Amino acid sequence: MTVAVLPTTALGELLRSMADDEFVIGFSDSEWTGIAPLLEEDVAMSSLAQDELGHAAALYGLLGELIGSDPDSLAYDRQPEAYRHCRLLDHGRGDWAMTIARRYLYDTADAVRLEALAGGAWVPLADLVAKLIREERYHRMHAGAWLERLARDDGEARTRLLLALRELQPDAATVFTPLPDEVALVDGGILAAPMPELERRWRAAIGPVFAELDLPTPPAARQMQRGRLDHGEAFRWLWSEFTSVRRSEPGGTW
Amino acid sequence: MSGVAARDPNASRVRAALSEVADPEIPGVSIVDLGMVGEVRVEPDAIHVALLPTFVGCPAVDVIRSAVEARLLEFGRPVDVRFDFRVPWTSDRITRRGREKLRASGFAPPAPVGAEAPVLVQLMTPVACPNCRSQRTVLESAFGPTQCRAIYHCTACRQPFEAFKPV
Repeated sequence: MTVAVLPTTALGELLRSMADDEFVIGFSDSEWTGIAPLLEEDVAMSSLAQDELGHAAALYGLLGELIGSDPDSLAYDRQPEAYRHCRLLDHGRGDWAMTIARRYLYDTADAVRLEALAGGAWVPLADLVAKLIREERYHRMHAGAWLERLARDDGEARTRLLLALRELQPDAATVFTPLPDEVALVDGGILAAPMPELERRWRAAIGPVFAELDLPTPPAARQMQRGRLDHGEAFRWLWSEFTSVRRSEPGGTW
Repeated sequence: MSGVAARDPNASRVRAALSEVADPEIPGVSIVDLGMVGEVRVEPDAIHVALLPTFVGCPAVDVIRSAVEARLLEFGRPVDVRFDFRVPWTSDRITRRGREKLRASGFAPPAPVGAEAPVLVQLMTPVACPNCRSQRTVLESAFGPTQCRAIYHCTACRQPFEAFKPV
């Protein structure tokens, strides 16, 4: 199945949101390199970060072909306001519990989004998604195992996890912020269902896990319509970090 | 063989040449044995090679591209290397010979995956220790020194070892 007329604007918004999500969470994960609580987790977080930055590069590549740009420019040459990652990823690295809570909420939501894109009508994205799904399984497994480990603790680990969830959960559903003109993606067979339906699927998937671990489930997102806008101080700091080399030598190459 | 006229390329000669290009992260195993070589098309003006990255974010792709271009120089035609995901690489694409070479290089080959993405139980399935062949092994971490490798421990010979991830 192919698309007769490509809904370029909506597709660009979809690719930008996905690429920015993967880029920002990947860069946040990379902040654990060298300082994770266990050596194995140091390696794991570094590997996860490498995966996510690779996914972002591939998605920026598709976006670049669509709008006439290149992955490096898309990743590094925009002002902070132009990024479209979801607000769930805007809370700073935080402690280990925060990192695990963020990863679990994001990975489970991303999985629902990827399933809705698998077999879609725009072949370059459908091909990439088939590959991403295979890799993201490992991420979900990692976050799920740690979520359970922290939640089943009866001391500080569970306390910290609950604090992290309290901070992150009001923004958890922003992964499913409706995209501008997303109806064109659904009508074109690129995205299987609109974002509100994907959010329902995600809640159905994580509900039993949160019940089993006696954790509060995420509330409805505050300000869902601006769920990929208004990035705060934590992101501005992260942006200044990941663009620092690029800004120090504009146009420089390796 | 240098100094003679450019060899007449055909797809099987090109594939044979590519079977001498090693994976930079696992030097004992070629990109053909790892199942990374997709379509090879020889045309009058160029040799087109499609390569399938093992992982989307594999940082070795540029090194592999250069190695492929260098190895195919002898055919005297421009080489067009394209990485794509039209056929997704999975660990089932590793050849029988590739699996033997992985083991000889100290890496346990991956369990079969099938058409669906791997699930937890496949990763938890014991793999044979490449050193002593015991099945008494445990997964230590699904994340190793490269994206495609996981860390195991053998309770028989008490050695850590790496396994290629099923993906």
